[in-house]
Amino acid sequence: MDSRKDYRAPLSQQPLTIEKPTDLTAIGGTITVEINEKKVVVPLGTTILDACKMAGISIPTLCHHEDLCIAGVCRICVVEVEGMRTLQASCAFPITAPIKIKTSTSMVRKARRHIIDLMLSEHYGECYSCVRNGNCELQTLAKEYGVDNYTFGHVEKPRYEVDRSSYSVIRDMSKCILCKRCVRTCIDLQEVGVLESIGRGDATHISTFLEKPLSDVICINCGQCINRCPTAALRANDPSDEIWRAIDDPKKHVVIQTAPSPRAAICEEFGMEAGTSLTQELNTALKRIGFDKVFDTNFTADLTIIEEGTELVIRLYKALVGKDASVSLPQFTSCSPGWVKYLEHYYPEYLDNLSSAKSPQQMFGSLIKTFYAEKNGVDPADIVSVALMPCSAKKFECNRPEMVDSGYKDVDYGLTTREMAKMIKEAGINLPEMPKSHFDNPFGEASGAGLIFGATGGVMEAAIRTIVEFITGAKAEDVFANANVLDVRGFEGIKYMEIPLGDTFGPVPGLISHLVPNWDWLKGATLKVAVAHGTANAKKVMDDIKAGGKFSECHFIEFMACPGGCLGGGGQPIPTTPEIREKRAKAIYAEDESLELRKSHENPNVIKLYEEFLTEGPCSHLSHKLLHTHYLKRGKYII
Amino acid sequence: MLILEKNAMTEEIEKLVEKYGPERSSLLPILQDIQRDHKSIPDFAQQEVARLLDIHPVEVFSVISFYSFLNTEPKGKFIVRLCQTITCDIKGKERIAQAIERELGISFGETTKDNKYTLEFANCLGMCDQGPAMLINDMVYANLTPEKAVKILKGVK
Repeated sequence: MDSRKDYRAPLSQQPLTIEKPTDLTAIGGTITVEINEKKVVVPLGTTILDACKMAGISIPTLCHHEDLCIAGVCRICVVEVEGMRTLQASCAFPITAPIKIKTSTSMVRKARRHIIDLMLSEHYGECYSCVRNGNCELQTLAKEYGVDNYTFGHVEKPRYEVDRSSYSVIRDMSKCILCKRCVRTCIDLQEVGVLESIGRGDATHISTFLEKPLSDVICINCGQCINRCPTAALRANDPSDEIWRAIDDPKKHVVIQTAPSPRAAICEEFGMEAGTSLTQELNTALKRIGFDKVFDTNFTADLTIIEEGTELVIRLYKALVGKDASVSLPQFTSCSPGWVKYLEHYYPEYLDNLSSAKSPQQMFGSLIKTFYAEKNGVDPADIVSVALMPCSAKKFECNRPEMVDSGYKDVDYGLTTREMAKMIKEAGINLPEMPKSHFDNPFGEASGAGLIFGATGGVMEAAIRTIVEFITGAKAEDVFANANVLDVRGFEGIKYMEIPLGDTFGPVPGLISHLVPNWDWLKGATLKVAVAHGTANAKKVMDDIKAGGKFSECHFIEFMACPGGCLGGGGQPIPTTPEIREKRAKAIYAEDESLELRKSHENPNVIKLYEEFLTEGPCSHLSHKLLHTHYLKRGKYII
Repeated sequence: MLILEKNAMTEEIEKLVEKYGPERSSLLPILQDIQRDHKSIPDFAQQEVARLLDIHPVEVFSVISFYSFLNTEPKGKFIVRLCQTITCDIKGKERIAQAIERELGISFGETTKDNKYTLEFANCLGMCDQGPAMLINDMVYANLTPEKAVKILKGVK
């Protein structure tokens, strides 16, 4: 029975438990193959594709993706293997014998050209008006292989209706080439299971359960499928035209908040090496485009830490001192809208565990149209609030009907990194050349803790920095070297950490002194936390909690819907690979370390907000009205 | 679907899962049993099968859409499948098709109003030496002539 749990995960997705031998030649684990008459030594079982990569020979791929299991369906990567009757798909051919491979014979070239021609014969796409123009893998291949006419014809009319039902993802199956990357993403990588291939033969197409529109099925809007689609069959719902209209309207006061992840990734859209932070250049560019104010989402990330941390303290206090059995622990983070919707669908019975704090985006939304509007004397009805996010689920989140706590739609538009880059280019701005400038006040200053929200483990690290200081009174820098909580960093699927709180406590900080009298009730306690990213990993943790395992004893668990956290989000530049994710994470952590201010509770603007506006402190009546929300038990049945 | 019907369906599927085991590989036999007993696999049944086998409903739907002998919408009591592959085609499948269509008053792909007959084309039935051939539910009829086909249709109960 146990083995069945991992049954669906393809081998490539499962962690390798056997230690890899360091010296492969010593155990005879290598093999010499000849690629284009060049000898290459590779580990046994390497695919031809990987062997070619090692030998510096490029092979075109379409259905292959580093994050996904091997499919071998598109056949574009075919090569000739000596002694074999037919061409072999190199991505799905493990080398087990000293074979001779040829990658550019006339047969291979002809086959590849025919495969592209066949795909084009069914791919309806007007390249000029396509959102992926210039970044389309099919277009690139057609150019590379010199497609100059449609050998097998070309579709003149779209074959399918475009599905625009979802707030986040638009599905245009006329552009689909059936590589099934989205299917593997949705089922294997994310375990959400929205898309599958329906039908057979030439009637095959990718669709949802009962071919329903995307808004009617259990889609969590994570947008990972968009990020892996080689063409524009899946794309994000782009609000940039509406935003331009708002900018052009002199009556409207257009403000934008920028999340940490797009700043670390937008450079890729401008042809730069991944992992270059363009935070301050972006500020200038946004001002030049015409946004009236540019704010930093990290500010509300700091606020989230205070609110969520306080909520955790209240829950722990109620459970440990009040012996209140109705308190739900562990507490889950609620920053990732994809994860929130996943929980609403798949584990609605655990919604009480979800922190009631809104995500930083929505907190900002309600503060802009209340606190900021009041302070600057702007009519909130005239404010258009835009959020630059690495995420397609944020588009859904800002359209949730309950997100109107300011009396208006809290956040008007969610914009992804790709769409922002498009807007910047449209304005004729070369982002890397922009002069640097700072964020606007009153939300201008933010801590490094808010910044690392963009990487998996970041919310937890930020929370640990604050909670440890709150409780023990010791400086986070003294507890963790350089205040870096390394145990929760990294791309391991599920991370677990225990923090013994010891016996010496500091005084209760003024901010929450009205909630708990002292810390004595935590004597000798150990804070147990966990981090999971990607909903497939979240599912493992949730199943463990359901079974009463290790994670059910945790106190606080961070969940992120996307692999790698926000920096690998569905709105980030395409492609996103493990390597690129790592570079983006490095950029984020480096920026955090370069900052003076690295702890949420030390953010002077947050302190000021609690002094001036939310005077009753965190988790008070007003903060509950503006900064907290409730969730919906959606369940997984589709009627 | 009424709640009572739903509960009955759930119970039935639970029994089937117990019979074939909660493995992914039990999906087809379970679907075939539901198809046999209900003449179709309703939406609710698909979701229940998915829940009990711990897979996604869309995967169940994908499998159903792949096989011609599994369907999500109810069809007629007798499903007439006329072979359309090359040998039967040469041997006069078209005349048989016309005769059946005229007799039942529907065209291929449709179901009669009384839900008795559904007309479909099928690919090779393996009766190439005795074509043209057709399948009514599980029964094969070969060496058809238009008259014979109509007679067979009238005779099925």
